[in-house]
Amino acid sequence: MNEGEGRVNAPSTVRRGALGRLARNPLGLVSAAVLALIALAVLLAPVLVSQPPDASDLRHAFAGPSGGHPLGFDSAGRDIWSRLLYGGRTTLSGALISLAVSLLLGVPSGLVAGYRGGRLDGLASWIANLVMALPAMIVLLASRAVLGSTVWVLMVVLGVLVAPAFFRLVRGIVVQVRGELYVDAARVSGLGDARIIARHVLVVVRGPIIIQIALVAGIAIGLQAGLEFLGIGSGDTPTWGAMLNEAFQNIQRSPALMLWPGLALGLTSGALVLLAGALRDVLEDRTGGGSGRARRRAVPVPAAAPVPADTVPADPADAASADPAAAAAEDHGPAGRATLLSVRGLAVGYRLPDGSDREVVHDVDLDVAPGEIVGLVGESGSGKTQTAFSVLGILPEGGRILRGGILLDGQEVVGLPERRRRALRGGMVAYVPQEPMSNLDPAFTVGSQLVEPIRVRLGLSRKQAVQRALDLLSLVEIADPERTFRSYPHQISGGMAQRVLIAGAMSCEPRLLIADEPTTALDVRVQAEILELLRRLQREHELGVLLVTHNLGVVADLCDRVAVMREGRIVETGTAEQVLHAPADPYTRTLLEAVLDHVPAREPWQPRKVVVP
Amino acid sequence: MPMFIARRLSAGVLLLFVISLLSYLLLSLPDLDVARQLLGNSAGQAAIETKNHELGLDRPVMVQYTDWLAHALRGDFGTSWFSGEDVTQAIMNRLPVTASLMICVTLVTAVVSLLLGVWAGVRRGAVDRVVQVLGVAGYALPGFLVTLVIVVVFAVQLRWFPAIGYVDLGESFSGWLSTITLPVLSLSIGSIAGVSQQVRGSVIDVLRQDYVRTLRARGLPSSRIVFRHVLRNASAPALSVLGMQFVSLLGGAVLVEQIFGLPGLGSMTVNYTTRGDIPVIMALVVFTVIGVVLINLLVDILIGWLNPKARTA
Repeated sequence: MNEGEGRVNAPSTVRRGALGRLARNPLGLVSAAVLALIALAVLLAPVLVSQPPDASDLRHAFAGPSGGHPLGFDSAGRDIWSRLLYGGRTTLSGALISLAVSLLLGVPSGLVAGYRGGRLDGLASWIANLVMALPAMIVLLASRAVLGSTVWVLMVVLGVLVAPAFFRLVRGIVVQVRGELYVDAARVSGLGDARIIARHVLVVVRGPIIIQIALVAGIAIGLQAGLEFLGIGSGDTPTWGAMLNEAFQNIQRSPALMLWPGLALGLTSGALVLLAGALRDVLEDRTGGGSGRARRRAVPVPAAAPVPADTVPADPADAASADPAAAAAEDHGPAGRATLLSVRGLAVGYRLPDGSDREVVHDVDLDVAPGEIVGLVGESGSGKTQTAFSVLGILPEGGRILRGGILLDGQEVVGLPERRRRALRGGMVAYVPQEPMSNLDPAFTVGSQLVEPIRVRLGLSRKQAVQRALDLLSLVEIADPERTFRSYPHQISGGMAQRVLIAGAMSCEPRLLIADEPTTALDVRVQAEILELLRRLQREHELGVLLVTHNLGVVADLCDRVAVMREGRIVETGTAEQVLHAPADPYTRTLLEAVLDHVPAREPWQPRKVVVP
Repeated sequence: MPMFIARRLSAGVLLLFVISLLSYLLLSLPDLDVARQLLGNSAGQAAIETKNHELGLDRPVMVQYTDWLAHALRGDFGTSWFSGEDVTQAIMNRLPVTASLMICVTLVTAVVSLLLGVWAGVRRGAVDRVVQVLGVAGYALPGFLVTLVIVVVFAVQLRWFPAIGYVDLGESFSGWLSTITLPVLSLSIGSIAGVSQQVRGSVIDVLRQDYVRTLRARGLPSSRIVFRHVLRNASAPALSVLGMQFVSLLGGAVLVEQIFGLPGLGSMTVNYTTRGDIPVIMALVVFTVIGVVLINLLVDILIGWLNPKARTA
């Protein structure tokens, strides 16, 4: 939907930006205009019509348009234009009543239930589910028997029936927000619940509520018209639904009678839904917490550096002068030695909405020899992961290789058709991801996820594949392979899951292993075990390893050689000893300083701290 | 799993009990003066009182309710106050019509939405935009308006199908098909719009998951990833939407049955609720809630089968 996550937004422009973007969203603008026009016409009905809606003259029955009667007459010789505008009054004010009732019931209860949780939440949710299990149309029909057939009373009932739509929306968001750090921080700093709700929670639910209002208004109008179509409602006031009913009675004689009320109804509810969609595009991007979708994005697309947006496309001349590129080039892999992976001049870009590409990796050179562990280090957003994904050929949607070449065991893979590219993945080059839990499919057992690639890639029988999967689980030092084999991912620990993923990576005997921060998500003791396991596998299987990490301790521990990345470029390469003990690049030096004990572990976010002398 | 089903069933029974009690109380709240409606304005006070006694309306409401409940538990929903019909019998006569309508709509919705949603979510581009526009249009237009347009186009103008009437499935298959096609089409459009959007959305969400990338990195063909892993993970949210759609489909069925003159529970609701025929209204409420509870149970079981994590919840 919105691919704007990489865009640079100054916080101060959020508000104006949202309104401005709505104005620039053609669909949103048109729907808002249509709704405004309908509301205006309905309000000005007495001025716009030449005869009251109920004035009937049978001589005019089914007559076409004439002066003062732009839409002609209905079956009873009443002015359609007049009935349409007065009918709109009933329809729109009815929808407003339903909306007000459901907002009043749904929003406060959702706030409190979501914020307080516990038994109160349980009860409120149970009631909401109960109301939602009731078919609105049938309840409305039944309540008509009890409450009489006044439209207004029925609209109040309808408001109660749709209140769960607001309750569930607000409650869901608040439950999510309550767990967020800034709410905890506010609570710790002594703010009362009411102030926290007002200051932190309302801001987040505001956007989704506005969107829901448009949707619920559309639903209310549709249901109301449906009731009136069934002949329920005050007989004397004209409504769109009643007009449709009348037209339906005369469907064989004059189907055209359905056109105007149908159009009015369709336009109104259509414009509301489209407006909701446009509002969602505009608001949900900003409020962030709204759907959680923005934060759930699996792909860590490197954020453009927080510099003025117009300088984001890197200036090659500037870069060349700033980088010790010449010095770095000499260091790429020992000459003449057969390399497993050889990356030359790689540039990766992401497609922007305007059709241009934003380059996030620039002219990267990188080599890994068989049996060698190469560390690719740099802070988050430096392009390490994008480089690794390019080698695997699994760049996320919108990303592509702009320039350069990637040789895997001497074979150029850039531009290779997907089928042949796929044949290399898993077999020639395998991948160990960062987050163990999110990298296992929750719907399948560990065993079936291991067996599947073995069967597809190696063509083994089921029995052989199961045996091989069990062997792999023992290989990664899992104590009870059979039990892990049968488990679902949510039943095993993070460290165990990472072992399973390493087993999966090893399943088709790769020669190059790409490990993307393989220990970052694990606790310290497990980290050491996993690193030890990787080292052992690497030695026993003569693997080449590209280890993506920001942890220089891991580098010192494991790596033969290191490449340091910053803002999409390699700034320094060399042996691990060389880079760690005598860093040539000032950026490497700051990275090293950051791990020294007397320096604060993490300073406030200042990615541009390094100034090239 | 059996524990889970038992728990959901007992929750459903509790729901049924609470709703029936609330409905009964609400229906008894206003003085509908049923006896006078039945006997006419000329009836004397004595006759009215006799009638009220006959109907049991002279007893306290809670006594009336427990009496009703005791009979209802044995499948006896009494007789209609106004037509004298046996309510259980009347509902059983009409149930097949509504049931066949709902089953067809659910099947059509599930199949079409799955195809459209996966197609749009995986391919994106032009296909995606078409599906999205269709989705918004289907969602934006009130269902009965779509139904009216369908009647005008296919029954009045083109005359491909009859505009009104119903032929029982047991009587003639082709007759049943020709009378049920337009109602099914009318009801399906709206729910396809909703469900296919959900399928599309969850397919896109799942495609973005880390494990899909890892599966790609293992060298699995993308068709296999989509049809085995993405589809399975994306179906759970789609199924819950389908379950929720069922409730609004029941409401839609009321209008559609009325428009096409189908003798189902929907048109029964319209015709019997006007006068406060409590035995009929109560039976209709109970049957609808049973339908909703069963459908949601089915959806939960399917979701539990698809998603192992939900089984423990």
